[in-house]
Amino acid sequence: MTPAIEVKQMHKRFGRLHALAGVDLEIRTGEFFALLGPNGAGKTTLINIIAGLTRATSGSVRVMGYDVVADYRDARRMLGVVPQELVYDPFFTVRETLLIQSGYYGLKNNEAWIDEIIHHLDLADKAGVNMRALSGGMKRRVLVAQALVHKPPVIVLDEPTAGVDVELRQGLWRFVRQLNRDGHTIVLTTHYLDEAEALCSRVAMLKQGNIVALDTISNLVNSVPGCAVRLRLSPDTLPSALRPLMSTREEGYYILTLAEYSQLEHVMAALREAASQVLEMQVLQPDLEEVFVKIMGDAEITESAAVPT
Amino acid sequence: MTGFLTLLHKELLRFWKVGFQTVFAPMVSTLLYLMIFSHVLEEHVEAYPGVTYTVFLIPGLIMMAMLQNAFANSSSSLIQSKITGNLVFVLLSPLSYQEIFFAYVLASVVRGLAVGLGVYLVTLGFFDLSVTSLPWVFLFALIGSALLGALGIIAGIWAEKFDQLAAFQNFVILPLTFLSGVFYTIHSLPPFWQGLSHLNPFFYVIDGFRYGFFNASDISPYVSLGIVAMCFLAVSWLTLQMLKAGYKIRH
Repeated sequence: MTPAIEVKQMHKRFGRLHALAGVDLEIRTGEFFALLGPNGAGKTTLINIIAGLTRATSGSVRVMGYDVVADYRDARRMLGVVPQELVYDPFFTVRETLLIQSGYYGLKNNEAWIDEIIHHLDLADKAGVNMRALSGGMKRRVLVAQALVHKPPVIVLDEPTAGVDVELRQGLWRFVRQLNRDGHTIVLTTHYLDEAEALCSRVAMLKQGNIVALDTISNLVNSVPGCAVRLRLSPDTLPSALRPLMSTREEGYYILTLAEYSQLEHVMAALREAASQVLEMQVLQPDLEEVFVKIMGDAEITESAAVPT
Repeated sequence: MTGFLTLLHKELLRFWKVGFQTVFAPMVSTLLYLMIFSHVLEEHVEAYPGVTYTVFLIPGLIMMAMLQNAFANSSSSLIQSKITGNLVFVLLSPLSYQEIFFAYVLASVVRGLAVGLGVYLVTLGFFDLSVTSLPWVFLFALIGSALLGALGIIAGIWAEKFDQLAAFQNFVILPLTFLSGVFYTIHSLPPFWQGLSHLNPFFYVIDGFRYGFFNASDISPYVSLGIVAMCFLAVSWLTLQMLKAGYKIRH
C-alpha cells in the first residue's frame, strides 16, 4: 500500500543551520500520527517541505506516491495543511474564503461540501461574516475548513490547538477523529503530549533536525523501564533503607522511583521491617511526557547520524 | 483553468471591493494633474501643430495612471499577502507558477484599464479628444499595463517590507513615468536628455499610446510596440523565473 507520506534522507540547511539532518519517515495511510519535539526541532520545516512551502536542500518527499516537487500538482491535491499561524485574507467573508480555496484546487460547484464543513466546524452563523471580524478561535476553524475544501486524503495540522480554548479544542479533536475514522490520514504537531497520547497511534520525536524516536505510543511508554510508587505512611517517616529511591516528597507523600517492578518487593520488605503502615499506595506508570523528557535528554546528536527507522 | 480563473477573480475582487481607493482615487488625482498643468502651461506650449497642450497632455496622463495602477495592483496585493501570511493559501494549492503569473498580470491590466477608461470618459466631458486609432490605443494600454503588472510582481516578491516597496515605487517607477514624456514631447529636450529618454521603456508606451489619438508621435508606433513588447517579454521571463524558483516565497 502506498504510504501517505514518505520522507527520504531529507536535509534542509538555512545558511549554517542544519534544520533537518537526514530525516527518513514513512507515515502509513489511515494513521493518526504526531510529530513531537521542542521548539526549533524542525517540525514545521519538515511540514513545510511536505507541503511544498519550503524547498529541501536534498532528499525527497512523496504524498500518496506523488513527489512534492516533480508531481506537485497531484501531491498538493492529496494534502490539506492547517498552518500554525492564524493567517487570513481580510478582504473576504468565511464563505468567500472557502469558495476561493476550492477554486484554487480546480473545484467548481463545491457548495454542498463547503456547507457540510461549515456545519461540522460550527461556522454556520459566521459564514457571511468578514474574516477580520472573527475571533482567534473562529479564524482557526476557518483554517481547518480551508484545509478540507478539496477533501484531501492526508491532513496535516501544525499546532492546531495552540492558544485555543478547551471547548474548541475538544470539538476540533472530535471532528479530526471522525475524519480519521473516515479514512483520512492525520499528521499533527503539538506541544500537548497528553493530546498526542490520547489521539495518535504512532509518534515521531524530532530533536535538532533528527528523528530520535519513532514508534507506537505503547511501545514508547513501555520502553521506559520501571515505575514510580507514591506512598503515604504511618508514621510519616520513610525507612532509611528506602531513602536512596526517593525522588520527590509531596505533602504527606513519598514518591519513589524504581528501575524495575521487581524492586517493589524490596520496598515492601523494607516497610515491613521498619513496621511502617501503608495508608495509601499507587504505582505510577510512565506516560508519554516522561518518555519525551527522557528521550530528549538522552538523545546524543551527531551530525548526519540519524537514528535508523 | 478553474484554478487560474479563481485566482484572477480573487485578485479582481480584491481591488474592486476597495474600488474607491483603487480606481476612483487615482482618477481624481490624474484629473487634478490635468487641471493644474493645463492651467499653468496652456499658453506656453504647443506640442504638435493644432494640438493644444491640454489635449496633448491627456493621453500621457491616462497612460501614466494606467502604468502606476497596474504596478500598484500586483505589487501591493503580493506584499500584503506576504506580510499577512495569506499567500500561503495560494502556495499550498496546485496552481502552477504560470497560472499565478497570468492571474496577477491580468488583474493588474484590468485595474489599469479601468482607471484609464475612467479618466478618459471624464475628460471627454470637458475636452475634445477623439481616438483616431482604437487598435493602437488598446494595444499600448494593454501591453503597458501588462508590463507594469509584471514589474509589480517582481517588486512585490522582492520587497520584504512596505517601505522597500515604496522605495521601488518612488525611485524606479515614478521617475520612469514622469520622465517618459507624459508632460512634454521629447523633441523639446536638449539632445542629451532626448537620448536618455530613448532608454526609458515607458517613453515608448506613452508615445505609441499618443499616436492612437493624434496620428502623430515622436517615433513610429511600430518601433515603439516592438520595443515595449521586448521589454514585456524580458520582464515576464524574469518574473516567471522568480516564481518558478520560489524566490523569497518558497524558502
